Amino acid sequence: MVFEKLREIISENMGIDKEDIKLDTSFEDLGLDSLDLVELVMNVEEAFGIEIAEGEGFKTVKDVVDYIEGLGR
Amino acid sequence: MKEVKIVSTGSYVPKKILDNEFLSSIVQTSDEWITTRTGIKKRHISNGENTSDLAYEAAKRAIYDANIDPKSVEAVIVATVTPDNFTPSVACILQERLNLVNAACFDINAACSGFLYALSVAASMIKGGLFSNALIVGAEVLTKVVDWQDRNTCVLFGDGAGAAFLKASQEKGILNYFIASDGSKGKLLKIPAVSVNNPFVSSFQPKPYVYMDGKEVFKFATEVIVSSIEKVLKNSNLTLEDIDLIIPHQANIRIIEFAAKKLKLPLDKFYINIQNYGNTSAASIPIALDEALKRGVVKKGNKVVLVGFGGGLTWGAALIEM
Repeated sequence: MVFEKLREIISENMGIDKEDIKLDTSFEDLGLDSLDLVELVMNVEEAFGIEIAEGEGFKTVKDVVDYIEGLGR
Repeated sequence: MKEVKIVSTGSYVPKKILDNEFLSSIVQTSDEWITTRTGIKKRHISNGENTSDLAYEAAKRAIYDANIDPKSVEAVIVATVTPDNFTPSVACILQERLNLVNAACFDINAACSGFLYALSVAASMIKGGLFSNALIVGAEVLTKVVDWQDRNTCVLFGDGAGAAFLKASQEKGILNYFIASDGSKGKLLKIPAVSVNNPFVSSFQPKPYVYMDGKEVFKFATEVIVSSIEKVLKNSNLTLEDIDLIIPHQANIRIIEFAAKKLKLPLDKFYINIQNYGNTSAASIPIALDEALKRGVVKKGNKVVLVGFGGGLTWGAALIEM
């Protein structure tokens, strides 16, 4: 499941408790700044074997999940 | 094939300091924002000194430490993107000021990778037999080309210079090196020069300021710092365990932290002094190397990886045994 895997990546790379990462959590709530987001996008690209277009402007965990699921369609 | 040794190093930064607090008074920023995003606390800024003045001080120290006659220096290579002039080069200015009368002198431009380019060119020329020694310098007065109204870039840069004296040797010194470029991404990091204006043409003259696509450059830097370290180790048939210290270009603490995490290394395996100097482009690696040697962080016999990345885009790494 995309969300589970994404949660794993965020938790592992950013040192954030999995419990704190929900679908509607915003990256701002998690205390991630713009550089953290670049890093996160790189990790997601690697883990899912995808390319994420520039300037997607992800605000919440759900935004990323939707983006990845959208690619499969 | 001859070996090439780094015989001595030297560095210099202007005395005037620009701290985050002062920056907060000229642009909308804060010490907290700058520190968490970049790791920079302060940087040294020219009080009128130009690039050749900083290069002169750094080179003078390296020549003094090498204990050589300036007349015996055969080549001077200065890496800079902020030279005093289009011509004469900073290297030629050094020649006059330091009495390096028998040297061939020239500048090279590879932005923040400049010192690694200078080292590669000098080491290859010495190995090839054209020269038996070379003085290489990375020197910048980046604060000349900073837009003091752009809070995204003006907090990042500082001024300084670092130098090293290289010599042909029987002993192994510079074990391995490589340099690389990707001009197709040149627009991500730019400082415009002079536009074409003549009796037949009139062109827009952009301000000579650093323009940077921060996110994309961050992405490039984090990828290439890791792959360059791995590449220079692989080319040398060595592993991270053989390395005593990694001296990366000091662009942003977050790039170095990323590399440490990716390579599963403790952060103290990397030499970090960005908090004191900011990003000094071509000068950052030789300043850090000089500091690490003088503080005893790097000792004789230690194996050190130098790794740089920057505008062009350019990157490179070297593995040296001190």
